[in-house]
Amino acid sequence: MENRINTLFSEKQQGLLSVYFTAGYPNLNDTVDIILELEKNGVDLIEVGMPFSDPLADGPTIQQSSDIAIRNGMTIPKLFEQLKDIRQKTQIPLILMGYLNPVMQYGVERFCRKCSEVGIDGIILPDLPLADYVREYKQLFEENNLSKVFLVTPQTPEQRIREIDSHTNGFVYMVSSASTTGSTNGKAVVNTDYFGRVAGMKLRNPGMIGFGIHDNHTFTQACNHARGAIIGSAFIKALAQEGSLQQNIASFIQRIRN
Amino acid sequence: MKYAVDENGFYGKFGGAYIPEMLYPNVEELRQNYLKIMQEPDFQAELQMLLKDYVGRPTPLYFAKRLSEKYNTNIYLKREDLNHTGAHKINNTVGQVLMAKRLGKKRIIAETGAGQHGVATATVCALMDLECIVYMGEVDIERQAPNVARMKMLGATVVPATSGSKTLKDATNEAIRDWINNPEDTYYIIGSVVGPHPYPDMVARFQSVISEEMMAQLSEKTGRDYPDYVVACVGGGSNAAGAFYHYLDRPEVKLVAVEAAGLGIDSGESAATSVLGKEGIIHGSRTLLMQTEDGQVTEPYSISAGLDYPGVGPMHAHLFESKRAIFKNITDEEALQAVLELTRLEGIIPALESAHALAALGRIGAGPDEVVVVNLSGRGDKDLATYLDRFQLNGK
Repeated sequence: MENRINTLFSEKQQGLLSVYFTAGYPNLNDTVDIILELEKNGVDLIEVGMPFSDPLADGPTIQQSSDIAIRNGMTIPKLFEQLKDIRQKTQIPLILMGYLNPVMQYGVERFCRKCSEVGIDGIILPDLPLADYVREYKQLFEENNLSKVFLVTPQTPEQRIREIDSHTNGFVYMVSSASTTGSTNGKAVVNTDYFGRVAGMKLRNPGMIGFGIHDNHTFTQACNHARGAIIGSAFIKALAQEGSLQQNIASFIQRIRN
Repeated sequence: MKYAVDENGFYGKFGGAYIPEMLYPNVEELRQNYLKIMQEPDFQAELQMLLKDYVGRPTPLYFAKRLSEKYNTNIYLKREDLNHTGAHKINNTVGQVLMAKRLGKKRIIAETGAGQHGVATATVCALMDLECIVYMGEVDIERQAPNVARMKMLGATVVPATSGSKTLKDATNEAIRDWINNPEDTYYIIGSVVGPHPYPDMVARFQSVISEEMMAQLSEKTGRDYPDYVVACVGGGSNAAGAFYHYLDRPEVKLVAVEAAGLGIDSGESAATSVLGKEGIIHGSRTLLMQTEDGQVTEPYSISAGLDYPGVGPMHAHLFESKRAIFKNITDEEALQAVLELTRLEGIIPALESAHALAALGRIGAGPDEVVVVNLSGRGDKDLATYLDRFQLNGK
């Protein structure tokens, strides 16, 4: 069954921009406004972060936004409540991203059904291993028409990339370099050998590049090697600036696109 | 081995490897190689030589006469405090540094709570001429200053963890992030039986020398190779894993795991995971975990930096759920009393961690004909500032 992610990739071939933000940051009830503003500014896909106290794959920026979001009172039930009418307002593809433990406590089955109910299209859980997903949850995700997006890195062997590709149906999340999120150590994005290697594999899923994408230069570079790119930490920083949500989002997206 | 890890890395329903893809190649490399490398004759030869001549093993099994009289039973102390660097931690770091070398790694990272694992890691890195970075919570850097000084002296870089409660959990997060950022040349020496498979099993195997020696020493001293009770403190649970290891499948031996109650179980300031935790995922492992209803990890508390951890190794979660081990918990105050008691009865100043195990002696109900082994996991030098302060021995 097609979902909005699949439709997006079949309709738009290149230069896709996906933006991540942490739900509940900067304020508890900003979630829907941020989604609508991002759409208005031409973002193609949105990853809504479910904050976790111990986000192992994330750098300081997302750790901090997660801490604040938790303190603001963000929880999975709260997020679903905020998103309950979202499909009456926008059809932009939505992905929920977070860590396994809060989802486990909510109940994975209950979580998937609720996602389907509010109109979520995909899920990213970096610490849910592929083997466990395939064994325990794949059927559940598919029944609820949810794409499970997996990460690959420059160190992921070809055989495993192919295995991941065979079990996913949204896109392959190519981590630009070995790093936690928000790293701008200069290694990011220029890893053309790895991008070329993955492109050469002719995967069934499109690829999106993330981690370390933070400006027009890195976004353009990433777009030269994949269908598009994902921005998280840089956007979180932009949200923290003075000025209205609307202004901050508009000027940030403009800086990335041009 | 009913309580050993299965081929998928689980102890019952606990364990596994819940890690981001960035860590997969490193953890997988280790999983495929650790047993093979540990069984190689030249690995074993080097490990045994170092344990004997460098660490100072076997550690004595000491019959604590006055302590035994006090509790009207027969108490033996397994003297892990007499190891080089002052705790059981070095049993594991010697093993893992040899593992790192076999895997061709050049850079070593570690997390530490009380600093004993950090010191033990810095020590073997000096010995093997390897770069060493130790992550330590800012709070722990403060309360375990002597160990910070030792790490620096040994040439290690100590990096403060400044997130969360700034203790062991946060140090572990930072070490894992370092590993994600340095996937090629870096080996992560985890200090406890926590983390993704195969770490809990590998660390337990390196620590199992404790119960292996206990068997031979008890045979010699008591005429049988097992005690009625083995008592050990549990934060992540490495010294307990080592002390229990060879007795896991011997139901005649009661295994007593002692957790830190902090200011008390109901105080909100505690680290007694078996009472306050429920099933969850922390540091790559499915285990018992202190958390909110929404699955956010709770900040633990204990006076003992080594027990100040919101989870417990998956092996211990399984021992708890299957009721193979008896879990007790001890408050800060009770642990401090046990420090003073051992010091004045036996002339041994224990670490705060080990004092939790000692404090449980009055709670296990051992009879006059029974034999109890307490794993005295570390010495109290690092805690002297706390002791002097709490026992009002400062000043003139």
